[in-house]
Amino acid sequence: MNRLWSVLRWREFPVAAALVGLVILTYSVNPTFLAPQGVKDLLLNATILVILAAGQTLVLVTQNVDLSVGSVLGLTAYAVGVSFATFPGIPIIAVFAIAILLGGVLGAINGLLVSVAKVPALVITLGTLYIYRGINNAWAGGKQYFAGDRPDSFGNLSVQTVLGIPLITLIALVILAIVAIYLAGVRSGRDLYAIGSDSDAAKLYGVPVTKRIFAVFVANGLLAGLAGVLYASRFNSVGATTGAGMELQVIAAAVVGGVAISGGVGSVVGAALGGLLLTTITSSLTAIRVDKFWQQAVVGALILAAVVIDRVSSLRMTRRLRVSEARNV
Amino acid sequence: MSEVLSAEIVAGRSTATRVLTSRGAVMWYLVLAVVIVLSLVVPRFASARTAGFLLLDVIPILMIALPMTLVIITGEIDLSVASTAGLTSAVMGVLWARGMNIYLVLAVCLIVGLLAGAFNGFMVTWVGLPSLAVTIGTLALFRGLALVVIGDNAVANFPRGLTTWATSKIGTTGIPVFIIIVLALIAIFAVVLHLTPFGRGLIAIGFSKEAAEFVGIDVGRAKFYLYVATGLVSSMAGIFWTLRYSSARSDNASGLELAVIAAVLLGGISIFGGKGSIPGAVAGVLMIGVINYALRLQRISDVVLIIVTGTLLIASVVGPSIFEWLSRARHDRRVHKDLTITANTPLSPAS
Amino acid sequence: MALLRTARRFLVATAATTALALLVTGCSSAAPPSASGNASSAPAANRSITFIPKQLNNPYTDVVLGGGKKGATAAGFAKSNVVGPLEASASSQVSFINAETQAGTNAIVIAANDPDAVCPALTEARNGGAKIVAFDSDTNPTCRDLFVSQVVAKDVALIQVELIAQQIGGAGDIAILSATANATNQNEWIKYMEAELASNPKYKDIKLVAKVYGDDADTKSFQEAQGLLQAYPNLKGIISPTTVGIAATARYLSTSKYKGKVALTGLGLPNEMRKFVKDGTVTEFALWDPAQLGYVASFAGKALLDGTITGKEGDKFTAGDMGERAVGANGVVIVGPPTRFNKDNIDNYNF
Repeated sequence: MNRLWSVLRWREFPVAAALVGLVILTYSVNPTFLAPQGVKDLLLNATILVILAAGQTLVLVTQNVDLSVGSVLGLTAYAVGVSFATFPGIPIIAVFAIAILLGGVLGAINGLLVSVAKVPALVITLGTLYIYRGINNAWAGGKQYFAGDRPDSFGNLSVQTVLGIPLITLIALVILAIVAIYLAGVRSGRDLYAIGSDSDAAKLYGVPVTKRIFAVFVANGLLAGLAGVLYASRFNSVGATTGAGMELQVIAAAVVGGVAISGGVGSVVGAALGGLLLTTITSSLTAIRVDKFWQQAVVGALILAAVVIDRVSSLRMTRRLRVSEARNV
Repeated sequence: MSEVLSAEIVAGRSTATRVLTSRGAVMWYLVLAVVIVLSLVVPRFASARTAGFLLLDVIPILMIALPMTLVIITGEIDLSVASTAGLTSAVMGVLWARGMNIYLVLAVCLIVGLLAGAFNGFMVTWVGLPSLAVTIGTLALFRGLALVVIGDNAVANFPRGLTTWATSKIGTTGIPVFIIIVLALIAIFAVVLHLTPFGRGLIAIGFSKEAAEFVGIDVGRAKFYLYVATGLVSSMAGIFWTLRYSSARSDNASGLELAVIAAVLLGGISIFGGKGSIPGAVAGVLMIGVINYALRLQRISDVVLIIVTGTLLIASVVGPSIFEWLSRARHDRRVHKDLTITANTPLSPAS
Repeated sequence: MALLRTARRFLVATAATTALALLVTGCSSAAPPSASGNASSAPAANRSITFIPKQLNNPYTDVVLGGGKKGATAAGFAKSNVVGPLEASASSQVSFINAETQAGTNAIVIAANDPDAVCPALTEARNGGAKIVAFDSDTNPTCRDLFVSQVVAKDVALIQVELIAQQIGGAGDIAILSATANATNQNEWIKYMEAELASNPKYKDIKLVAKVYGDDADTKSFQEAQGLLQAYPNLKGIISPTTVGIAATARYLSTSKYKGKVALTGLGLPNEMRKFVKDGTVTEFALWDPAQLGYVASFAGKALLDGTITGKEGDKFTAGDMGERAVGANGVVIVGPPTRFNKDNIDNYNF
C-alpha cells in the first residue's frame, strides 16, 4: 500500500495523470482520436517538442534557461534544406551530422558566454535568440526549401513506422533514454542537480561548475540541432521564420512536466510527458471540436497549475525534511 | 562583487559625479550622440515627422518599461505584460462593438489590467511561486483569454475623436500629445524609485530579500503593488495601441515583452536586481527605438536591427562583467605586489 | 591624492559640458519641421515606388514582387523598393508606411494584413501626395486610390468549388483551410464559395462543415489540417485558397493514410505543388500568374501619378505589355483569368 502512495509522490505524477485523463476524455468523445493515424499524428507532433524539452531540462536543472532554441532550430532546419539543395545525393547521415554539429556550435557560444562571462543565461540567450534569428533571416532571405527539395527517403522518416511508432519518434525515444540515464545515473549528470540546488556549495564540494554548465548548453544545442533535422523531415517548408516563438512552448512543456525554473529538480521523462501533454491538448481540443480559441488559455492554466503543484510539493518536502531532522537529533 | 573602496574615494565622490558618470547617464550620452550622428548621416531623419512617428512607435514599450524596471530591480520579472496589453485590447474591442459607452469601456479595460497584475502579484507573493514560471503561465493564459474574448475578429470603428487624439501632435513640433501622459508616468516612477523610501526599499529588496525583511520592509506587499502597477500600465499601453492603430485584435502587442526587457537591460538595469534607474531604462528604450527608426527610414532590412539588438544586449551585460574582471585583476595584482614587497623586506638584520 | 581629486572634478566638468552641448544640439537638430518632400510634385523622371507585401519570405509574394519590379522599371520609375514585416501582422506594416511617407515615396503598393489598421497611416501618406495602390489583399476603400485584384474574386471562388466538386464526385463534406482570419481576399473568396454552395443546385449534396485558419504559417496550417481530419473523419475534400495552406495540407495528406482518399484543391504555386501532383495527392488546383499582378500594379501607380486616371469607375490605363486595363466598380482593376494546374501542364510553369 505504501508503494502505491509513493507513486503519487513522484514529481511526474500530476502530468502523467493529466495526460492519461485527457486522452481518456477525448477518446470517449471522439474515438478516431486513438485510431492508428491519430496516434501516429500525436506522436509525430510531440517528437520535436519532446527533444527540445529534454535539452531544456538539462539547462533548467542547472538553474539556467535557454531562450534561443527556437532560433537554433530554425537555423539548423534551414541548413538541412540548403544541404540537400546544394549537394544532391548527400547521404542523410551527413545531413544529420551537419545539423547537429551546427546546433552544438550555437549552443557552445551560449555556454561560453554564460559559464565564463558569468552573465545570467536569461539575458545571454535572449540576445542570441535575436542574433541567431537575424543570421537566419540574413542567410535565407526570402528563400524557402520545400519537402519536394528533399529526398523522399528523408521525408519518409516521418512517415514510416515500426510497430506503429514513427521512425523519428523512435529516434527521440532513444535520445530521451540516453539523457534520462545520464541525469539519473552518471556522476556528472547528478552534478547538474547539485549545481542547480546551490552552485556555491557544489563548487566547494568539488563539482567543476563552469565545465558542467558549458557542457549543458552544448548538449542543448546538439539536441536542438537534431530537432531541426526532424523538423525538416516532417514539415513542408524551412526558411527564415522557422521555429520562431518555439522557445516559450518548450519551457512550458518542461515546467508542466515538473522541471522547476528555480533549478535542482525535475527529470527528462517529466519534460517529455509535459511536451506530449501540450501537443495532445492541441489535438484533443480540435478532436472534440472545442473552440480552438481556448487552447492557449488552457495551456496557460496548465502551466500555472504545474507551478503551484511544484510549490506545494516542495513545501511539503521541506516540512518533512525539517521534521525528520528534528527527530534525528 | 568586490569593489575597491577606500575612505578617500568614498568621501571624494559627490552626488553630481555619481549621477553624471552612472550607467544611466552614460546611456543618455550615447543616445544623444547616436541621434546627432543619425541626424547628420541619414537624410530626412532630423524632422518633426521623425519625432512623431518614432515616439508613437516607442510609446507602448516606454510605458511598460517603467514598471518593468521596478520589477526587475526587486529581482523579479514579468513576461506577461504584452499579453495583458493584448487582453485589454480584445476586451476594449468586444465591449465597444457591443455598444458600451467608450469611457466606460476604457475604465473597464484599466480594471482588467489591475486584475491581471493583481493575479500575478498574488501568485508571486502570496503563493510564493517563482515569477519567471508564473509570468510564463500568465503570458499564455492572458493571450489565450484575449483569443477567447475576441476570437479571430478585429474591431476597427473606434470613435474618430479618440483615435485622432491618440495620434495628434503638439503644434508643429511633431511630438505626439500622448507623450505628456508618458512624461507624467516617467516622472511618477522616477520619483517613486529614486526619491522615496519605498523606492529605496525596492533597491534593498533587490540586493538582499532577507536583509530587507530584517530592516522591516514588507517585501510581499511591495512586490504585490509593483505587479498591480505593471498590470495597470500594460493595460494603458494596450489602450493606446488599440487607439493608435484603430484596431482591436487578439494578437495586438504580441512579442512586446521581449522588446521591453531587452531595452530595460540595455539601459543598465541589472537582471540580478538591486541596480538600475528610470532614466537608464528610458535611454535604453530610446536607443533601440532610434536605431530601429533610422534603419526603417533607410529601408535596411529588419534583419540588421534584430542582430544589432541582440549584440547590444549581450554587450551590455558582458561589458560590465569584463570591466569588473579587469578591475579585480588589477586589485589582485596590486595586493600581490604589496604582499611580495612585505615578504621580501627583511624582518630582522640577522636574516 | 590631490591629483585624483582634480581628475575627478575635471571628469565631472567635462561630463556636464558634454551633456549640455549634446542636449542643445540634439534639441536643435530634432525640432525644426523640415519639408519631407511633397510626393506628388516629383517630376516623372524621379519617381519612386515602394511595395509593402503582407510579409516577406513568402514564395507567392516573391513572384508578385518580381513582376512588380519589372513593371516599375518598364513604367519609368526611377527607384523601386520592397519593404515589409517578417511576420504577417496588422500593426507592423504601419511603421513601414510611415517611413515611406517620410521618404516622400510617390507610389505605395500595399497588400494589407488588416484592412483598417493601416488606414490612418495610408491617409497620412496620401495627404503628403503619395498615390496608394492596394494589391492582392485590399484595404478599406476609403484609404486607397485603386485595388488591383489578380482575378475576379467571384471567379476564384467558383473555380475552386467546381474543382472540389469534381474531385469528390459531387457529394460529401468539405472544409476550408484559410490563411489569417482577417485577410480581406480570403474572406471575400470564402463568402462567394459559401454563397455558391448554398445557391447552386449542382452542389446541393456538398456540405461545408468547417473553416480553419493556418495563418499562412507552415506548421500551423499542417496542424490545422491534421485537426480537420480528426474532427471530421468523413471529410471528403479540403479547399485551401492560400499557397502556404495548400502546400502544408498536401504534405500532411501525402504522409498519412488519407492520401488519395481526401481531395485537396485550392490556390497553389506550381513549384511547391509539383511533387504532390505527381504523387497523386492533388489532382488539380488553380492560380494565376502572380508576376502579372505586380506588373499591372506598377503601371496603375504610374497612371495615377500621371493623372491619367483618378481611380473612379470607367477609367482606363495602359499596363505596359499587358495592354489596356479598365477600372471597375469600387476602384477595382482585374488582371486576368485564373489558370488551372494539373499533372499535364504543371511542368510548363516555373514559379
